[in-house]
Amino acid sequence: MTKTTVTRRGVLKSGATAGAGLALPTIFTASSAAAYMNEPTGGTVTLGFNVPQTGPYADEGADELRAYELAVEHLNGGGDGGMMNTFSSKALQGNGILGKKVQFVTGDTQTKSDAARASAKSMIEKDGAIMITGGSSSGVAIAVQGLCQEAGVIFMAGLTHSNDTTGKDKKANGFRHFFNAYMSGAALAPVLAAQYGTDRKAYHLTADYTWGWTQEESIKAATEALGWQTVNTVKTPLAATDFSSYIAPVLNSGADVLILNHYGGNMVNSLTNAVQFGLRDKMVNGKHFEIVVPLYSRLMAKGAGENVKGILGSTNWHWSLQDDASKAFVKSFGTKYGFPPSQAAHTVYCQTLLYADACERAGTFNPCGVAQALEGFEFDGLGNGKTLYRAADHQCFKDVLVVRGKENPTSEFDLLEVVEVTPAGQVTYPPDHPMFSGGMLGTCNAGA
Amino acid sequence: MDAFLLQILNGLDKGSAYALIALGLTLIFGTLGVVNFAHGALFMIGAFCAVTLQRLFTLSFETIDPTRTDFLGNPMKVKTPYIESWFGPDIGAAIIDWSVPLAVLFSIPIMLGIGYAMERGLIKHFYKRPHADQILVTFGLAIVLQEVVKYFFGANPIQTPAPAALRGSVDLGQMIGFQANAIIYPIWRLVYFFFAAGVIAAVFAFLQFTTFGMVVRAGMADRETVGLLGINIDRRFTIMFGIAAAVAGLAGVMYGPLNPPNYHMGMDFLVLSFVVVVVGGMGSLPGAVLAGFLLGVLESFASTTWATTTIPGINQIIIYLVAIIILLTRPRGLMGRKGVMED
Repeated sequence: MTKTTVTRRGVLKSGATAGAGLALPTIFTASSAAAYMNEPTGGTVTLGFNVPQTGPYADEGADELRAYELAVEHLNGGGDGGMMNTFSSKALQGNGILGKKVQFVTGDTQTKSDAARASAKSMIEKDGAIMITGGSSSGVAIAVQGLCQEAGVIFMAGLTHSNDTTGKDKKANGFRHFFNAYMSGAALAPVLAAQYGTDRKAYHLTADYTWGWTQEESIKAATEALGWQTVNTVKTPLAATDFSSYIAPVLNSGADVLILNHYGGNMVNSLTNAVQFGLRDKMVNGKHFEIVVPLYSRLMAKGAGENVKGILGSTNWHWSLQDDASKAFVKSFGTKYGFPPSQAAHTVYCQTLLYADACERAGTFNPCGVAQALEGFEFDGLGNGKTLYRAADHQCFKDVLVVRGKENPTSEFDLLEVVEVTPAGQVTYPPDHPMFSGGMLGTCNAGA
Repeated sequence: MDAFLLQILNGLDKGSAYALIALGLTLIFGTLGVVNFAHGALFMIGAFCAVTLQRLFTLSFETIDPTRTDFLGNPMKVKTPYIESWFGPDIGAAIIDWSVPLAVLFSIPIMLGIGYAMERGLIKHFYKRPHADQILVTFGLAIVLQEVVKYFFGANPIQTPAPAALRGSVDLGQMIGFQANAIIYPIWRLVYFFFAAGVIAAVFAFLQFTTFGMVVRAGMADRETVGLLGINIDRRFTIMFGIAAAVAGLAGVMYGPLNPPNYHMGMDFLVLSFVVVVVGGMGSLPGAVLAGFLLGVLESFASTTWATTTIPGINQIIIYLVAIIILLTRPRGLMGRKGVMED
C-alpha cells in the first residue's frame, strides 16, 4: 500500500516555486505564439516615450513629450497634420499605424541610465510598448538602446549627440535621427576658420563622460586639421557646478579660443563663468579671445542669458528655418502650445513619424521588418533637407546648422541665428571611421 | 605666482558659500541638536527669492505692435514691465537691474519666516527622536522643497544677473603691482566674498555682543541650567533657526549671479557643507567658517591642470581625502569640542 504524504511544508515549497516561475519577467520569454515582441493584437498599438520628466533635463523632456503628443495626434488624423503633409514618403494616411490607433505610455528616465532602463523595461513588459523612443543624454540612450536590443523592440533615439550611440555602441534595433559630435566638428571647423582664422590656440574644457569625450575628440581633430593648435584639454566632473577654478588657468595659458564641450547645466555655468572672467573682452596673441560651444540647445541658451551673444555652435534644427517642413512644424506646435519647438522636440517628432512610416512601408510592426524599411531610407520634408538613414550604422545624414547667439533678440525665443547650413556631404564619414569603430551593429532581434 | 593667487581667490570665493551654509548648519546643530539636511534647500530657496523678485519686477502688460510679427506670423505682443510704466523707463530699468541686491532685503523676512515655520511646524516634533530620524525627515523636506520650486520655476537654470555696474571683471594684478592682465577677477565674486565675510562677522558679533546672543551661547553650553534660570531657551533657539535659515538664504541670493540658480543647487552644496561642518568640528562656529574657506581653497587647487595631471581625479576626491586625514588626526575636527555627538 502506498501512502501519499502531502505536508504543509511541501505545498508551500512547490507553491513558491510555481509562483516564482509565473512571476518571472516575460521580457525574454515571450510566448512563441507571437511572431515578435509585443505584437499588437487589438485595434491599437502602444508606443513608449521614455523622457526625462524629473532631474536637470526635465524641461527638455517636457518639450519632447509635447512633440510626441503632437506626433500621435497627427498620426491618428487629428490636428493640421504638421510635417506629415511635407514628408516625402506618403505612406502615412492619418489613420494610425497600419490601421491601428496609436496610443502611448510614458516613462521617466530621470537622466539616469538605471532609471531609464527600468522605465523602458516596464513599458515593454507591462504596457506592451512596441517601440521605445526619447531621452536627452547619450549615457541614457546607449543604456536604453542596449536594453531594446535584448528585449527585441525598436529604439528610436531622442537627443543623443555622442559618437558612440551609432559608433562603438550601435545596435541593430537602434536608430538615431539627431546629429553627432563628429558632425558638429566637421560643420563648425570651416566656419571657425573663416571667422577666427587658421592660426589659433584652443583650450578645451570637457564634461567627463561619453558625450564630452567624443565631442572633444571630434572638434579637436576638425580644428587641428585646419591648423589650430590645442593648448590643453581639461576634463571637468559632470557634477561640477562652479567652473571658476577651471576657467582661471585659461587666462594665462596662451590660448585664444576656449572650447566648452559642455551641455545643459554644465554649459550654462561654464559659459557664465567664462564671461564673468572677462574672457570675451580679452586680447591674446594679438587676437580677440573667442569662446565656442560646439553643441547648442535653445532651451539651455536661455539659461545662459546674455552670455551666449555672438558665440558660435552647432544645432540639429532651429525653429527659424524657412523651409516648408520647418514652417509647418512650428505652426502646428506653436498653435497648440504657444511657443516654438526646441530641437529636442523636432528630433523626437521626426523619429515618431519615421518609425510609423517604416511600419507602413514594411507592412508590419515586426522590428526586423521595420529596421529593414528604415535602413538606407532616403527622405525629405522633415526640416533638415534630404536625409539618409544609413544602413551601416543607423545614423541619419543630413545638413547641420552652424548657429550663433543673437546680438539683438526680438523675443525670448529668438536667441540663436543660423550662420550656415552645412551640407550633409560635408559631415558624412565612412562607417569604419576610427571615431566610430569598435562595435558591431549585430543582427536585428524581434524578441520572440 | 599669478595663477596661484587666482586659485586662492577662487578658493576663498567657493569657501564663502561653504562657510555661510556650514555656519547655518552649525548654528542649528549647536542650538537645537538637529542635523538639518534641508539646509541646502534653504540656500536654494534664497536664490529663488532673487528669481521671484526679478519676476515681480518684470511683471508686464502686453501691447500689440502691428509692425512686427511673432514666430507664427501674428502681430507681436510687446511686454512692458509695470514698473517701467510707473516710474519711467530709466528708473524702472535700474530697479530691475538691481534686483539681486534688492533681493537681499526681500529675502531676509521670507527666510526668517520659512526657518521659523520649519522649526515650529516640523522639526520640533523630532527633537526627542534619534539623529537618523531627523536626517530622514529633513532630507525628505529638502526633496519636497526642491520639487515645489521645480513645479513653479522649471528645471532649467534661470539667469539672475548682477547689476550692470558690478558685472565684468577688474584687473586686480595691476592694483597690487603685477603685470596688466595677469590677475583678472570678476567683480561679483569679490562682492560675494566681502558680503560673506560681512554676514559671518555680523553673526559672530550678534552672538558675542548682544544679551540675546549671550543667552544663546549659554544655552549651547548648558541648556538645562539656562532653563532652570527661568529663561525660555526654546523660543530663542527657534529664532536662531530662523537666523540660520536667513544666513543660508542670503548665501543663495547673492550666489545667483555667479551661477544661474536651478532647483537642485541646494543638493550640490549640501553634502559638501556637511563635510565642512565635520571637518571644522561639530558644533563649532569658528571651525565651520575656517573649514569652509580651507576646503574651498583646497578644492580650487585640486582643479588646476597641474594637480589633475599629477594625480588624476584629485579634483573629485580632494574634499573627502582631506576630511579623512583630518578626522584621523583630529577625530573631533579642527575646532571640535569634547562631548558633542559623543554620548
